[in-house]
Amino acid sequence: MTRDFLPVSRQLSKLSWPSLMIGLVALVLLLLPFVFSNPVLLDLMVLIFVYAGLAQAWNILGGYAGQISLGNAVFFGVGAYTSTALIRDAQIVPWIGGLAGSFLAVILALIIGYPVFRLRGHYFAIATLAIGEIAVAVASDINLIGGASGLTIPFVRDASGRPTDSWLWLQFNQDRLPYYFIAFILMVFCVLVTILLDRTKPGFYLRAIKDDQDAARSLGVHVLRYKQLAFALSAALTALIGTFYAQYILFIDPPSTMGLNLSVLISLIAILGGVGTIWGPIIGAAVLIPLGEVTRAEFGGAGAIELMIYGGLVVLISVVQPSGLMGLGQRIRHRRAPLTEPEARAAAASSSQEKPHATLD
Amino acid sequence: METLMQAVVSGALMGLVYALISVGLTLIFGLMEVVNFAHGQFLMLAMFASYGMSVLLGLDPLVSLPIVAVLLGILGLITNRLIILQVIRGPMVAQIFATFGLGIFLANGAQFLWSPDFRVVQNPWLGQLAGGLVRLPGGVYLGVPQLGAAVLAGVAFAALYLFITRTKTGLALQAVAEDKEAAALMGINSQRMYDVGWFLGLACVGVAGAALANFYYIAPQVGNTFAIIAYVVVALGGFGSVSGALLGGILVGLVEILSPVVLGISPDLKYAVVYSVYLLIVFIRPQGLLGRY
Repeated sequence: MTRDFLPVSRQLSKLSWPSLMIGLVALVLLLLPFVFSNPVLLDLMVLIFVYAGLAQAWNILGGYAGQISLGNAVFFGVGAYTSTALIRDAQIVPWIGGLAGSFLAVILALIIGYPVFRLRGHYFAIATLAIGEIAVAVASDINLIGGASGLTIPFVRDASGRPTDSWLWLQFNQDRLPYYFIAFILMVFCVLVTILLDRTKPGFYLRAIKDDQDAARSLGVHVLRYKQLAFALSAALTALIGTFYAQYILFIDPPSTMGLNLSVLISLIAILGGVGTIWGPIIGAAVLIPLGEVTRAEFGGAGAIELMIYGGLVVLISVVQPSGLMGLGQRIRHRRAPLTEPEARAAAASSSQEKPHATLD
Repeated sequence: METLMQAVVSGALMGLVYALISVGLTLIFGLMEVVNFAHGQFLMLAMFASYGMSVLLGLDPLVSLPIVAVLLGILGLITNRLIILQVIRGPMVAQIFATFGLGIFLANGAQFLWSPDFRVVQNPWLGQLAGGLVRLPGGVYLGVPQLGAAVLAGVAFAALYLFITRTKTGLALQAVAEDKEAAALMGINSQRMYDVGWFLGLACVGVAGAALANFYYIAPQVGNTFAIIAYVVVALGGFGSVSGALLGGILVGLVEILSPVVLGISPDLKYAVVYSVYLLIVFIRPQGLLGRY
């Protein structure tokens, strides 16, 4: 990563505009449900937050460390199943269940990571794909956790037997607004973890590993340790969101919580938005999830059309702009940005007919 | 004992088909170090092409087989030119997801166009031959379509092997896989060899798809399982190794069919066993059984 050395005034203007924008967007998102209380919109926003968080967690491993996982949904399933099983069999609240799921996911990630991180590139991706498929097959076969037919979380009911709201049991059957804020906070948490990683040493180590693992090792970076760190962080965040999702849908089964389709969707969102960036996964989710809902409403079907569009978009992005929408945005911004004087001179020299547009801006 | 024999023979026969599907993957990887993650979906297209020609034109899968092979080969050429060559120097993410996205696009495009229903080719010639069933010595019964598919796969595999080892173009392919710069110095156009590799690789998928259409169900998502099996076969045998694909294919066919018999587990878990065996082997020997790296 090269940071440009700009005059302080320009660095300030460069920094403050995006942060101002982000603050504004966050404020709008917090106020949004009070202005529009449409349940369909609310549901869409919750899904965006959930997938943005999942894509962000994937991004830590896939974008920063460069390890392309096609089995991240396994940790989502671990989170969802742990909290649900604890509610069902031990009457333990999902707040604790979620943490337990996250903890289990980290343990699992460390155990899987030890052998899998010996594999590189395509080999790593295929191994994670196989692990995901094993998880679905095995979970579908264990009757203790409902097998292929899945698990249902029973409603919390009030004295008259009506489904009710409960912060303790994390269920909101009457007023669903709290789901919105919890999903929002989860997403923000994922972003904060990524920002922390982006600006501290481990983040730089991860990027070094991504660029050239052997060079990073020769400079003293403990490659396996930092890959494991990225994997554990990714797994923990993914499992937390898994618990939330189980509480939101109140039904889980192996294919929908661990399957390849979920793993792939998570990574597609991150890739479309821009891997290895803080805001890419959020932008990816904000574009893809509504796009999916709209096409599904328009064409019906079991989601084939939206996946077809996602697939086509990802091919296009990979071929044309591998750095995703973030990269595209940067490219446009760079084209608009006023050139520095030497750049302008060079541009003028290279095409004498064309006036350097630097002066026009 | 007889069930075991039965299982071994049918497993090995299916393994031949797996080997033919996977050899395209390994050929392409050997040349370009790119994994075609849309491989299974190309197989699905081949099966649909076979099915389509039997329904629309009344052509038996055996008759349409060469047409399907050439169609798939051309599709491979187009994929190489339009997608693969564009991402080959790009980051790993782009390399993986260019073909992965293509696979998702093809599978779901097919589902959108043709519905997720399962189909079968009605009364293929192979199914009518000798009543559709042959009895081997030792009390082993085999379906003629399965046997025919395995024979087709074996012949195609042998032909590919001979082509690669005995013809000038085949040797040039090997040279490019071995060392691009040295091959270029010998006057071999590596771009052209990439085209040849993709054409041959997907033509093999075409043959396999047409062979499978004789007895296997045909549906938009049918490629998913075959795709993962193909990765496992190739990783098991060693990426880039043609004979590794044959060994890997037969091993996977055997493990798949023997695991419920031997381990006494539910047949739903048979793929989990296949993938576990694969993981075990790559952890011990990351380059695969016959891999060079």
